[in-house]
Amino acid sequence: MTNEIAPTNAIWVFIEHTDGVIADVSLELTGKARELGDRLGREVVGLLCGHDVDALAADVIAHGADRVILADDPELALYRTLPYARVAIAEARKRRPEIFLIGGTPNGRDFAPRVASALRCGLTADCTDLQIGDYYVKKEDKTYKDLLYQIRPAFGGNLVATIVNPHTRPQMATVREGVMRKPAADANRKGVIEKIAVSLEPGDLALEVLSRQVRKSTVKLKDAAVVVAGGAGVDGSEEFALLRDLANLLGGEVGASRAAVDAGYIDRTHQVGQTGTTVRPRLYIAAGISGAIQHRAGMDQSSKIIAINTDPNAPMFQIAHYKIVGDVGEVLPLIIKTLRERSIEPGDGSAEAASEAGEA
Amino acid sequence: MTESRPLHSVVLVKQVPDTHNVTGDVMTKDGTMNRNALPAIFNPEDLNALEMALEIKERTGGTVTVITMGPPKAAAILRESLFRGADKVVLLTDRKFAGADTLATSYALMCAIRKIGEYDLVLAGRQAIDGDTAQVGPQTAEKLGIPQITYAEQIVELSSTQVTVQRALDSGSEIVRCTMPVLMTVVGSANTPRPASVRRQMERKLAATPNEYAAIRARWPEFETDEQLDSYLGDRGLRIPIWSAEDIGATEGNIGLAGSPTQVHKVNFVVLESTESKTITPDQEGIAAMIAELVREYIVG
Repeated sequence: MTNEIAPTNAIWVFIEHTDGVIADVSLELTGKARELGDRLGREVVGLLCGHDVDALAADVIAHGADRVILADDPELALYRTLPYARVAIAEARKRRPEIFLIGGTPNGRDFAPRVASALRCGLTADCTDLQIGDYYVKKEDKTYKDLLYQIRPAFGGNLVATIVNPHTRPQMATVREGVMRKPAADANRKGVIEKIAVSLEPGDLALEVLSRQVRKSTVKLKDAAVVVAGGAGVDGSEEFALLRDLANLLGGEVGASRAAVDAGYIDRTHQVGQTGTTVRPRLYIAAGISGAIQHRAGMDQSSKIIAINTDPNAPMFQIAHYKIVGDVGEVLPLIIKTLRERSIEPGDGSAEAASEAGEA
Repeated sequence: MTESRPLHSVVLVKQVPDTHNVTGDVMTKDGTMNRNALPAIFNPEDLNALEMALEIKERTGGTVTVITMGPPKAAAILRESLFRGADKVVLLTDRKFAGADTLATSYALMCAIRKIGEYDLVLAGRQAIDGDTAQVGPQTAEKLGIPQITYAEQIVELSSTQVTVQRALDSGSEIVRCTMPVLMTVVGSANTPRPASVRRQMERKLAATPNEYAAIRARWPEFETDEQLDSYLGDRGLRIPIWSAEDIGATEGNIGLAGSPTQVHKVNFVVLESTESKTITPDQEGIAAMIAELVREYIVG
């Protein structure tokens, strides 16, 4: 590998970072890009914009990149649409990447469409899977080989659409955090860190960041071993409190469907699903969640699923290991009670004492 | 909020199927969606964008123009906008727009905004609930060649040349200041959209596109001809103009299917792999047996 301009047809990943730390989603996508790169025999490139972020470049390589394009400039210290997009658009025009993956964070979702519009290429939001495959266009009687299959749940229903961009490059897609698995870092991986000159135009500085408040997330959904999640079938904030009790008892986190978030029962940071967090816990309890595909996409890899719903036809029951047809407000207290009794039992052994404790 | 000269806002809105309230009738037996069973509504965050524009107008004066691209029936949300206080509305409709992805949509919107002429702010909802892509706003800004502020939650300050805005991000918030013109996408937590005003609803109930004249004349036979109705509506600012691809000077290769780089390769029904599952009775005994099993399998500690 040389220090010259990266070959065309590479697979790019937009590397997002805050306070000197790379966003997990960017490293997850670097891992996915590596997989796609190996399949297609293409270079994996991280696009890193920032100021004094040399140390981060090595981390990107350790997670699977062959090359990091490093744009270092004081004006790039904090994410801003126009300066970041200027760098990405100029480099993409010069190097013509095949695929460009971006994390589905607020800033990733700000950046990706701006860049896609300038490059006039296709962009698919919130993909839940990325694969490589062929695409036959009847009108042209031509098969396009090795396109990026951008797979996402389709509008509203129990459908999954595979989107392709046969005619434009790069093929761009955003993916939410947690959908792809973060690869283990390999400090011995070799790669090229290529510093590039940054040239911005005055208009790129139209916006300035006056202040930024970062709230440390207390919700650790992504790595939780147990998730107790509620949906539209949970009757109000009071019943939602039962979910918290149960989650505490199991050492887990509270999750929610979009319906519950929209109803205001719980903060959006708890949302599980395509447009929320993807989780893979040991145990997922779906309380009053019907199981729309957008939700299932974020939890169907859980080891064990308990579904509680009054509607016996809820789709969630089809992927559940334990089906409980019943009301959340009645079933959850039973589970809580049973668990409390159990936690007393071993020390005491007396069924009578346990049942009293349960009543307390 | 600092005083400013009168500001002109353009608000981009979309009529969407109400996917948040999917009921039993909507899903058919083969797993497809019966779109007609879903009511068409004003995309929720677009209402927040309209509200923000109306609040700006109340402070600074100026105008609020609302544009939607969609089928003829999307005129319904333009009337809604008029009832809430929009000054002018435009319906972009043309068969040639059909099949547009976000890139082709943003191109058409850019052409329409240019045709409107002078503007300081373009506002839109952060995303539409039928696709959740959040792409059309930034793509329209890029095509207009103006900066963008996505996830706008609050206008902190407004001057004649600059707007200071709080952005709501997952991980916190950010205050940014930007020169105008600028495009902003507005989040649902920004405000509580005002309801339609009863007075305006009375005054503007006849607001219609030429497509709808026949239906209006059926209800109000006093309008004997379309021309008569048209001049009545025109005099009162109630004529909702329809702009075609040609009207906005759109190049055919950039709109509709032809202007859309993304293509749907296939759509799969999700076949749920039936998991080996147990039905648990919702009583003490059933729950206890389930938990005992989970403990044995080390799922519950």
